[in-house]
Amino acid sequence: MSQPLLEVRNATKIFGGGFLASGTPTVALQNFNLTITEEPATITTIAGESGSGKTTLANALLGFISLTSGQILYRGQDVATMNRQQQIQYRREVQAVSQDPYAVYNPFYRVKHIFDISIKNFRLAPNKRAARELIEEALKVVGLRGEEVLEKYPHQLSGGQRQRMMVARAYLLQPRLIVADEPVSMVDASLRAMILDIMLRLRDEQNISFLYITHDLSTAYQIGDEIFVLYQGSIAETGHTAEVIENPKHPYVKLLIDSIPVPDPEERWDTDMRLPSEEELRMHADSGCRFYPRCPYRMDRCLEKQPPLYQVDSGDHRAACYVYDGSQPMPDMARKTQERVDHVNPGAV
Amino acid sequence: MSATMNTKADVTGVPSRRNVVLDVRNLRVHYETPRGDVVAVNGISFKVYEGETIGLVGESGCGKTTAAMAILRLVQPPGRILGGQVIVEGTDLLALDEHELRDVRWRQVALIPQGAMNSLNPVMRVKDQIGDAITTHDHHQEPRALKERILELLTMVGLPGRVYDMYPHELSGGMKQRVCIAMAISLSPSLVIADEPTSALDVVVQRVVAQTLLQVKQKLGVSMILIGHDMGLQAQLVDRIAVMYAGNIVEIAPVKAAFAEPLHPYTQLLIASIPSIKERKPLKVTGGLTHDLRNPPPGCIFQFRCPKVMEKCRVVTPPLRELKPDHLVACHLYNGASDEEHRNAAYVSTTSGSS
Repeated sequence: MSQPLLEVRNATKIFGGGFLASGTPTVALQNFNLTITEEPATITTIAGESGSGKTTLANALLGFISLTSGQILYRGQDVATMNRQQQIQYRREVQAVSQDPYAVYNPFYRVKHIFDISIKNFRLAPNKRAARELIEEALKVVGLRGEEVLEKYPHQLSGGQRQRMMVARAYLLQPRLIVADEPVSMVDASLRAMILDIMLRLRDEQNISFLYITHDLSTAYQIGDEIFVLYQGSIAETGHTAEVIENPKHPYVKLLIDSIPVPDPEERWDTDMRLPSEEELRMHADSGCRFYPRCPYRMDRCLEKQPPLYQVDSGDHRAACYVYDGSQPMPDMARKTQERVDHVNPGAV
Repeated sequence: MSATMNTKADVTGVPSRRNVVLDVRNLRVHYETPRGDVVAVNGISFKVYEGETIGLVGESGCGKTTAAMAILRLVQPPGRILGGQVIVEGTDLLALDEHELRDVRWRQVALIPQGAMNSLNPVMRVKDQIGDAITTHDHHQEPRALKERILELLTMVGLPGRVYDMYPHELSGGMKQRVCIAMAISLSPSLVIADEPTSALDVVVQRVVAQTLLQVKQKLGVSMILIGHDMGLQAQLVDRIAVMYAGNIVEIAPVKAAFAEPLHPYTQLLIASIPSIKERKPLKVTGGLTHDLRNPPPGCIFQFRCPKVMEKCRVVTPPLRELKPDHLVACHLYNGASDEEHRNAAYVSTTSGSS
């Protein structure tokens, strides 16, 4: 185990609730911990539904927002207290690929512009020819050729091409970590595989780590190493991706995996799934386990305090649920699932 | 009004294959651009039977939304419907004048547009929006009856009565989407077209909305066209599936047959590219770009991306043929053509030269 490349310690971000704010503060991220090692490069997945805090985490890592409390350490150095020199290095080595390949390009410039800007800002090349070589090399990694794309305008390229160009731009700066926020959610199925494959190759061949932020557990399952499933800002379950998805422990993660449509018409959904009403969700938001209103195994204890992460398996597989607290008798899970999933509060979504 | 008049007598949820609710014939839609027309829908034909759900799948830009909009004649310029017939209950919608068409829209064919939940009017209560749809078509309603009807619709889509008095911003995405479903079925249409009804929803909410669609279909016996690109969701929801590529339907089959034994190489590709949560498998990466839609190549529309492309595909357009009962595919691999035909095809291609 070498020195961690990136370490997130007790990261908490609370929106609102300031001196003049009227509404209740929103806890977007709570006591989040994460370590990404330098060697070997890994793909770490952050998964969760909308509002679970995954983009808040990405924004904090990329420096768009500052944390309410907690630290982000890059090579042991707190990002918040970096000097100018370190900041430049950090911004070069931690790159972003965003969700929407349509919105990131300025439609007035040829797509070459995004590469030129990066090269100019970080002074990567002494002259135009060297710059061009760098760009060509980066494009080659993602399977594009310079003469095909560089002189075009963004609207002349397909979504898949644009997204690959974004990966190439990130690669150009020789980053150690790429924060990819939903990189394939707006790309077609046939191109999705191509972009995921590029991520795998960059990890294996170029030793670039990824923080893969997604709501899609099935793609995470295909490429991810470690996974963190967030629910309303807290980690619900974490561990090796294959282990978590094949054998989910936290009730929320079970629910998530049950909800993924199975691509097999012979295996149709049979149970009726319902969600508790909004009011009920809000009522329990501030104390105890966030998942309480929707949980099939809820206990009184869950209301008192948020459950810590309990180890549920050998290795790193941990889930934040009192069910796995060794000192408690295990409830009969199989029976209870049916009961609750079938008619959880005939309220609404 | 002619022979295809359909009776809505038997609504048991079992699709009866006799009654055709919608018959699309040779529908063609182009988008005009300064450098030639983009062929968005290239003469497609399909039928929707009573009580069935048909899925229309394909990648973005393949024309699935355009086809759906053309059925209701809602294609906006620069789009133009160039030809074809859309027959609903014996009437060709494309031949009606605007006034007559208004009567058919929503009453017989309703639409849940893409991003429907964002199309709700933010300053109108749910009751007024649904009520609006009803009174526009059914004229003045007795207030109490109207309220009852709206509440019944809300129950149908699994929403509690309190939604009646709420504004759209008070609802979550899944609830808004279900309000849109309630509006779509408010006049008991025989066909509902749902364009990506669950995109932009979380996976759990997606499942709830998808179930709502299934329940509505079962209770009302309404037929549906479900447009989407999520093959997993299609597998769960539809009875038959039509696969579109670059404006053409390349395969139509019962969904079980399509997943068990996809015939067209594009369908095979679509199914192979579904990320699974059951097994970790190497990603299937496919190369090739779709041709310029302004200038479709001669021969098969899929030739530039097809892994099994043959000489013949570059010359002759494969027709959509019924290979097995109900299973139609447009591909030369299966047409059982005589050797002579193959030779001819090869001959033509060598003499004309390929570009």
